[in-house]
Amino acid sequence: MQDFLSSLVMVAFHGLAYGMILYLISVGLSVTMGLMGFVNLAHGVFAMAGGYMMLSAMSRLDVPFPLAIVIAFCAVALASMVLERFLYSRLYSAGELEQVLFTIGLIFMSVAVARLVYGPLPQPVHIPGYLKGQLHFLGRDFPTYRVFLIVFSVSLVALLWFGVERTRWGAMVRATVDYRAMAQSVGINTSRLFTLTFALGSGLAALGGALGAEIIAVEPTYPFEHLVFFLIVVAVGGLGSLRGPFVAALLIGVADTACKYWIPEFGAFFIYIATIAVLLLRPEGLFGKAT
Amino acid sequence: MTHAGGYIADARIRAAEWLPWVFAALCYFAAPSYLTLGSYILTMIIFALSLDLILGYGGIITLGHSAYFGTGAYVAGILALRLTGEPLLGLLAGTLGAGLLGLFTGLVILRTRGLALLMLTLAITSLCYEVANRATRLTGGADGLGGFSIRPILGLFSFDMFGKTAYLYCLVILFASWWLVRRLVYSPFGASLTGVRENNVRMHAIGAPVYQRRVVAYTISAALAGLAGALLTQTTQFVGLNVLGFELSGELIVMLVLGGVGRIYGAFVGPLVYLVAQDYLAKRFPEYWYFGIGAMLVLVVMFARGGILGIIDAGIARLRRGS
Repeated sequence: MQDFLSSLVMVAFHGLAYGMILYLISVGLSVTMGLMGFVNLAHGVFAMAGGYMMLSAMSRLDVPFPLAIVIAFCAVALASMVLERFLYSRLYSAGELEQVLFTIGLIFMSVAVARLVYGPLPQPVHIPGYLKGQLHFLGRDFPTYRVFLIVFSVSLVALLWFGVERTRWGAMVRATVDYRAMAQSVGINTSRLFTLTFALGSGLAALGGALGAEIIAVEPTYPFEHLVFFLIVVAVGGLGSLRGPFVAALLIGVADTACKYWIPEFGAFFIYIATIAVLLLRPEGLFGKAT
Repeated sequence: MTHAGGYIADARIRAAEWLPWVFAALCYFAAPSYLTLGSYILTMIIFALSLDLILGYGGIITLGHSAYFGTGAYVAGILALRLTGEPLLGLLAGTLGAGLLGLFTGLVILRTRGLALLMLTLAITSLCYEVANRATRLTGGADGLGGFSIRPILGLFSFDMFGKTAYLYCLVILFASWWLVRRLVYSPFGASLTGVRENNVRMHAIGAPVYQRRVVAYTISAALAGLAGALLTQTTQFVGLNVLGFELSGELIVMLVLGGVGRIYGAFVGPLVYLVAQDYLAKRFPEYWYFGIGAMLVLVVMFARGGILGIIDAGIARLRRGS
């Protein structure tokens, strides 16, 4: 019984850490899909880029960990802004197929570039000394880095929710998600809003990729391999919502960890089954608006 | 998007439509050392045709068409290993197996649209992949399924090591598939399918059974994909897990888009150009190859949505206007 309880706590803990990373990466995808109706399969590219940025800043330029994270966020957000202005924005009115093809093309290119620059192997992760070791809590040991990860992501999520629910920018985003034409006609500059929101979403993905490098290995095939999970989070959670993907990411994080721990022979089997079931019952996702 | 099909179009086979077959026959004599690659290209053309039917004509965007290809491949492989190496029976089993899977999944997933549909196709393929990966007793898991032999076709033509029989076998099957797809596209069924793609609401309004049309198209397409998969199993005498992979679906879409979506011969030109280029370039410059594929996709989407055939069409139209 004691063993079972401790494994239960461990699964919940690691599942939570994994779920938070999934959420950080996917929330931008949910917002951009809800806001612009753009099927962006290349979202994982930003997460991978964030991971590479942080790891190479730390190992090659000897940048301290906090600064490396900031660099990853800013660099990816800026780069995505350029991409959005010059490429993505031209396809907002195009069909779904064009968007899918375009973003698959982006994935191919980024995979090739990553392999050319960093080689095919996963990048080694260096956790700074003060985040190594274990934290003793309630008679159990928890890895310090993962505790930091959970605390940091939770505060980031709180900040994001506050921004969307309480600030002027957030109100503008919500208005545009609800009714784009109306938002435009009351004077919201939607194309600038798109660019900023897209950059923020990509920056958050970069943060997720950088912080989660210890959980989701940073390697060239990253955007392809984890695409299914990012998409599941968004599709199951519901487009354009913040809460939906949060619930979905935590569910998937815990469920995946539990499956790997107790029934490894089934792999991700149950996640796929659950996804199919949810999407059949509620095609718009758990928290999405019915269209 | 250009579309020639449906009721009104002239369904007679034009002279130019015999060109691919003449070309394929010439290849048999002119390039005997490339027949293995040739068989693979012919197989992928069947697969691309099946995707074209739902993606190009039906407007159903799927990222998981390899589920049906893989099902066909595994059914044919397991049949050959456990029961009989009779090739035509294997093709039939692969086609039926994939068709049934297509029917059941299609009935369920085609109720949704947009992102949910995209996600469901992806999830189904991932599920099939997991099943094949874990059911090692039946499928060989990550090691793949091999060690079976295929009997001579009709008891007359045995598979030789130069791939001559395999090439002609693939060519005959491709011809049959082409004939079927062409008939479908030029039929009233094809016209209503295109109607659903272009304006789903209006098709509902005129009383067309939209859902049923889509399910039927999806099932036929899945069966055809299964046929291609079974063909690959028999000509290579091996099934690997990659036949169910998301990468294969992605590659297939790239091929079709390169040739031209929504036109029968796009499915011919795309795999040919892609696979020949891959054979030539991918081993020498693997990184640049992937980058090139990606860049090409982006360029096609930005500037040439009709693919290679679209560019040729536009060129011909310009020449005509000029003269």
